[in-house]
Amino acid sequence: MSDPMISLDGVTKRFASGSNAVEDLSLDVPKGETVVLVGPSGCGKTTTMKLINRLVEPTTGTITVNGVDILRQDPVELRRSIGYVIQSIGLMPHRTVEQNIGMVPRLMGWPGSKIADRVRELSEMFELDATLLKRYPSELSGGQRQRVGVARALAADPPVMLMDEPFGAVDPIVRERLQDQFLALKAELAKTIVFVTHDIDEAIKMADRIAILNTGARVEQYAPPLEILRDPANDFVRDFVGAERGLKRLALSIVGDIDVEKGPVVSRTASVAEAEAEMDRSGFDWVSVVTDGELAGWVDRDALKGVSTVGDAKARPFSAYVTAEDSLRQALDSIVTSRTNVAVVVSEGQRYRGILTLEGLSKGLSS
Amino acid sequence: MNDLFRWDYVFDHLDEIQASTLEHLKLTLLAVGVGLLISFPLALLAHRVRWTYGPITWVTGVMFTIPSLALFAFLVPFTGLTVLTAEIGLVSYTLLILIRNIVSALDAVPADVRESAVGMGLSPGQVMWRVQVPLALPVILGGVRIATVTTIGLVTVTAVIGQGGVGTYILSGLRSLVPTFTILGAALAIILAVTMDRLLVLVEKLVTPWARSRSARTA
Ligand SMILES: Nc1ncnc2c1ncn2[C@@H]1O[C@H](COP(=O)(O)OP(=O)(O)O)[C@@H](O)[C@H]1O
Ligand SMILES: [Mg+2]
Repeated sequence: MSDPMISLDGVTKRFASGSNAVEDLSLDVPKGETVVLVGPSGCGKTTTMKLINRLVEPTTGTITVNGVDILRQDPVELRRSIGYVIQSIGLMPHRTVEQNIGMVPRLMGWPGSKIADRVRELSEMFELDATLLKRYPSELSGGQRQRVGVARALAADPPVMLMDEPFGAVDPIVRERLQDQFLALKAELAKTIVFVTHDIDEAIKMADRIAILNTGARVEQYAPPLEILRDPANDFVRDFVGAERGLKRLALSIVGDIDVEKGPVVSRTASVAEAEAEMDRSGFDWVSVVTDGELAGWVDRDALKGVSTVGDAKARPFSAYVTAEDSLRQALDSIVTSRTNVAVVVSEGQRYRGILTLEGLSKGLSS
Repeated sequence: MNDLFRWDYVFDHLDEIQASTLEHLKLTLLAVGVGLLISFPLALLAHRVRWTYGPITWVTGVMFTIPSLALFAFLVPFTGLTVLTAEIGLVSYTLLILIRNIVSALDAVPADVRESAVGMGLSPGQVMWRVQVPLALPVILGGVRIATVTTIGLVTVTAVIGQGGVGTYILSGLRSLVPTFTILGAALAIILAVTMDRLLVLVEKLVTPWARSRSARTA
């Protein structure tokens, strides 16, 4: 791995009161990637994160951020270059939303107008209504507070973000929205992010790489999500990832990643005989009808009775389609709920791309 | 007319009454002000270096329990019948109340707020002055209110060493058995205490707009 942004080397943290919260941890976080630390409660995730911004000092070992040993850096300077979001958010109750977001820029001595611009930019980015900016945190909903917390951490545009269960305190629906929003932003912002969660599904969704941690922050596997789902390194990982590994993989891949089958398809100018030949060839009792590449619907043998060309028959619309951007999980859903166990794949403008069957799906996954 | 309370005395001596009320207020504010100046650093010390909290509250607690008359009797040979004597007594009675309040106010600042402040890169001084103290302010002001009201009562006692504010009237009442004096002194002290109490509640609300908006929301 070239040029890690964050590098932990043989790091141990022993608290006065007990055993090692983190034991001999070595982990490199590549520049611009999102690494998710996931593991059971108490395994040392939070401690690992706090070691990086020196809220906790290591007992032994070396930590570098951007190539610099953090123990040789002024902790206050270090922390200002690292965005920090915690589960309970910790917004300043005595400051308005606006002041909360502008906090680090103000500490760094930005001029007022620049802070105001930045606050406006971030509040737009996080869909925080302008009227919210003058409110106090106690007047916000949980989801709004969470967004303010993330916006505040991003305010001074730090190259590194530490996020400790940032979406843990909101309900599942809001959480999913926040995750999607953050994923979209992340793609734009090119930050190095260390993200902590105890939820494997959140890890799979957010991560470029996942570090699965055991007690003492021992790394059981450190790999991209797909690899962890495909090849769990050991029983601990297998147990932690849980059942439905296959389904989780389906959620991670999109239709565009795998080959689609041509499927039964004829043009509307085709004769009934041609359509029936196509059904026989493909083994289906229906065909898709395409006009100039565009999918009109489907017809079966009954619909073709008493007409001369396919175009004369009434094509019925499919109840559902999938596109190249849809996940394989959505495709699977479409397959099992369709009458004929097929998902029809279209691209923009209803252009026919082909079909996906269960067989095609599993072939695509294993390749 | 009954002579329990002679309004004509009051109307004939408005200037004098005003002057003694102002004196009462001055003695009170001076005591609470100096008390705050002493309490704040001690409370910070107790908050930061926990083991000092016990000894600090022990000493100020003992001071609090000394009967005020005894304290003045003890001090007069050294410092005379002066404002200084009165203030030494008055200030020492504010310390326990103020220190306890400030420490518990600082302790009550939510740990996650403190942690996120440190994590964002506030220096220790900034965490104290921009986060802890402002958030502790409502409770601290509550302590100031109690200390002020207590001190207004105590100033009536310092009349015995000639620094009494409106307590001088109570003392005259005691000596002459003229009820008008006693009632006047007591009424003025009560009015002063209630007024200061209300005023400080108002100040508390003004300097903590965030708390007001919260109560407005939950109301
Ligand atoms: N300040 C502390 N003092 C003593 N023990 C601690 C402290 N912080 C964490 N620990 C202990 O270290 C272990 C790891 O904690 P933590 O990093 O918070 O786990 P996680 O975030 O994975 O749930 C736990 O056993 C916890 O009790
Ligand atoms: Mg944790």
